[in-house]
Amino acid sequence: MAPYESDDSTGAAQADDELRAELRTERRRKAARYVVPVAVVGVAAATIGLVPALADSGDPNLPKITAQELIDKIAKSDVQQLSGTVKVSTDLGLPDLGGLESSLLSGATQGSGDGSSADPTSKLTELASGTHTLRVAADGPEKQKVSVLESGAEYSLIHNGTDVWGYDSKSNEVYHSTAADSGKAEQHETPATPKDFADEVLKSVDDTTSVTVDGTAQVAGRDAYRLVIKPKQSGTTVGAISIAVDAKTGTPLKFTLTPSSGGAAVVDAGYTQVSFAKPAASTFDFTPPKGAKVTEGDKAGKDSKTDGSDKGGKASETPGHGSAKGLDKSGFDVLGKDWNSIAVLDTGSKAGLPTGSASGGGDLSGFLGSLGDPVSGKFGKGTVFSTRLINALITDNGKVYVGAVDKAALLKAANAG
Amino acid sequence: MSQADLAVVETAAVRPNPLWSLGLLRSELVTTFRRWRTLVLLGVLAAVPILVGVSVRIETRGGGQAGRGGGEGPAFIAEVTNNGLFLVFTALAATLPFFLPMAVGVVAGDAVAGEADAGTLRYLLVAPAGRTRLLLAKYATTMAFCLVATLVVAASALAVGALLFPLGDLTTISGTRISFADGLGRALLIALVVAVSLAGIAALGLFVSTLTNSGIAAMATTVGLLITVQILDQIPQLHALQPYFFSHYWLSFADLMRDPVYWDDLVKNLELQALYTAVFGSAAWARFTTRDITA
Repeated sequence: MAPYESDDSTGAAQADDELRAELRTERRRKAARYVVPVAVVGVAAATIGLVPALADSGDPNLPKITAQELIDKIAKSDVQQLSGTVKVSTDLGLPDLGGLESSLLSGATQGSGDGSSADPTSKLTELASGTHTLRVAADGPEKQKVSVLESGAEYSLIHNGTDVWGYDSKSNEVYHSTAADSGKAEQHETPATPKDFADEVLKSVDDTTSVTVDGTAQVAGRDAYRLVIKPKQSGTTVGAISIAVDAKTGTPLKFTLTPSSGGAAVVDAGYTQVSFAKPAASTFDFTPPKGAKVTEGDKAGKDSKTDGSDKGGKASETPGHGSAKGLDKSGFDVLGKDWNSIAVLDTGSKAGLPTGSASGGGDLSGFLGSLGDPVSGKFGKGTVFSTRLINALITDNGKVYVGAVDKAALLKAANAG
Repeated sequence: MSQADLAVVETAAVRPNPLWSLGLLRSELVTTFRRWRTLVLLGVLAAVPILVGVSVRIETRGGGQAGRGGGEGPAFIAEVTNNGLFLVFTALAATLPFFLPMAVGVVAGDAVAGEADAGTLRYLLVAPAGRTRLLLAKYATTMAFCLVATLVVAASALAVGALLFPLGDLTTISGTRISFADGLGRALLIALVVAVSLAGIAALGLFVSTLTNSGIAAMATTVGLLITVQILDQIPQLHALQPYFFSHYWLSFADLMRDPVYWDDLVKNLELQALYTAVFGSAAWARFTTRDITA
C-alpha cells in the first residue's frame, strides 16, 4: 500500500500544482479584462485634461501696433452685422446671500415698475452677479437682439425698427415699448457685450490712465490684440482693464476687469463664439405668442426714465458702467476726479441706512448693518460696505459716499467733505 | 459526451452564427416587452402627461394662465395652454429627472441579475451565443426600452395636448416663430435626445446587474445611485464635480427649442453619455465574461 500511497500523493501534488498554476493564469486573464474600463477612464481623463491645453496653440503672431492705433481701430470699427455667444462672469465679492440678494434687487426694481417679469430693467439687473450666457445679434442700427440663456428658458430683448420687445419664455410674458430712442437707452443701461464695456472705459481714458498694447491673444477662434488700461492714480480699487480687440474688424471681443487687490476678475465678458455674417432676418421678428401677457412699456418707459437716477445709483454697483459718469448725469456731487471719483449723495435722513428706511424695514437695516464695518472719523459715525470693486460709506447723518476706491480714500473724502 | 462532440460545442461557442445575435436580441426584446412589469411602467409613464395636461387645463379654465407667478414648475409649462405641442416638452422635462431613469433602472438592473435570480441565466448561456453577445443583446434591449419609454411619454403628451389645447405655429423660447411641422420635427428630435440621455444610466444599471444574483438588489442599487447623483447635483459646493454626473446635462434638451439651437450643452451631454456607456459597458463586460455563473 505504501508505494501506492506515495505514488498517489506525488501525483496529487503535481495535479494540484498544475491546477493552481492554471487558476493563477485564469485569474490573471480575468483581471486583465478590468483593464479595459480603467483604460477608458484614463483616456477620458487625459482627454479632458489635455485637449484644452493642446487647443491653446499659443498667442497669434500679428504685426506690431501702438495703443493709439488700436484705439483708433476700435473707434473706426464699423461692424454692423454680428452674432455670437457671450459669457459674462461678474464676481463683485458680495456676501453670498443666495436668493435673498436677487429678491432684494428684483423687489427694488419691481416696486418702481409694473411687476412684469419681462420688463428689461428687472431682467438685466440679474446680470450683475454670477455667470451668464448671452446671445447677441445685430444687423445695423435698427435691429438688435440680446438673449439671456437660462435653464430651459430664455429672456430676449429685441429691437427692430421702432419696436422694442422683451420676451420672458419662462413666464410667457411680453414687454413692449415703441419709442425707438428709449429702446436704445434701455439697451445701453446695462452693458452686456464686450463692446459696451469697452466703450464705457475708453470714454474715460485721459492722462490719469496708462494705455498699452500687451501682446496678442486668441478669443473665440479669432486673432486679437490685447489692450491694457491701468489707472496711474493710487487709491482706486481698479487694478487693470484688459480688452481683446479683433485684429481684422476692430471689434472688442473680450473685456476683463481685475481689481487692484488681485484675485479673479471682477468682470469677465467675452465672446465664446462670434460671426460677422448677417444674422437671419427672422431673428429680429417677434410677434407675441398667443395668450402671452403683454405689458405696454410706454408708460413704464417714462417711469424707467425718471427712475434713471435711481438706476444710476444702482448702476454704480454694476461694474464697468463708468461709475463716475453714470452718477455725474444724475446730479450727485462728485468728489475727486477720474479713477478716484467718489459720488456723494445726501439722503437727508438721519436713519443712517437709507436702503433700510426706503424699504421701510427696520429689520433690513439692522441686517445690512451687520454686513458692513462700523467706522468713525471727523464726519461722525458710519458704516463701510465693501465689495471687491465698489466701496460705499454710509454715515449716520445720512450721507452716502460711493466709489471704486479703497476704504482709506473713502474715509479721507468723508473727513474732508 | 465524446471528444468529437465536445470539439463541436467548443467551435460553436467560439464562432457563433451571426444570425444568433439577432435571434437572441429578438427573443430578449419579446421577453422584456411582454413582461407585465414593463407594460405597467410604460402605462405609468403614459399617465404623467395626462396628469399634467388635465391639471393645467383645470387650473386655466377660467381664462387664467399656467405658470403665473415667476414661472414655477417644469420648463415650458407656461406655454402649454397656447399650444398643445408644448405639453410634449413639459412632459419630458417632468419625467426625465426621475420617472424615466427609474423605469430604465428597473429594466437594466433586472437584465442579468433577474435571470440569475430566476435561475435562467445558465440556460441562456447554454445556447452557443457567448456571454459578450448576450450582454450586448441585453444592453440593446435596455436602450430599446429607453427609446420606447420616451416615445410613449411624447406620444401620450402629444395626444393629450391635441385634445385639450389648440395646436399651431409655435414660438421658440428665443421669441422667434416656427411652423407646426418644424415644431413636430423638433419634438421628435428632443425625444431622441432624451432617449440617448438615458444611455449612461442604462449602462450603469447593466453593470450593477452583473455584480449580483439578486434582481431586486440590482434595481434598488441603480435607482439609489440615480437619486444620490440627483441630490449631489443640487449641492453647490460640488460644482467642480457636477459636470461629470450623468444627469447634469439632462435638461439641455430644452436648448433644441432655442433659435438658433444652442449646441454646447447638448454636445456635452452626448459625450458624457458615451463616456458612461464605454466605462460601465466595458466594466459590465469584464465582470460578466469572467464571473462564475452558478445560477
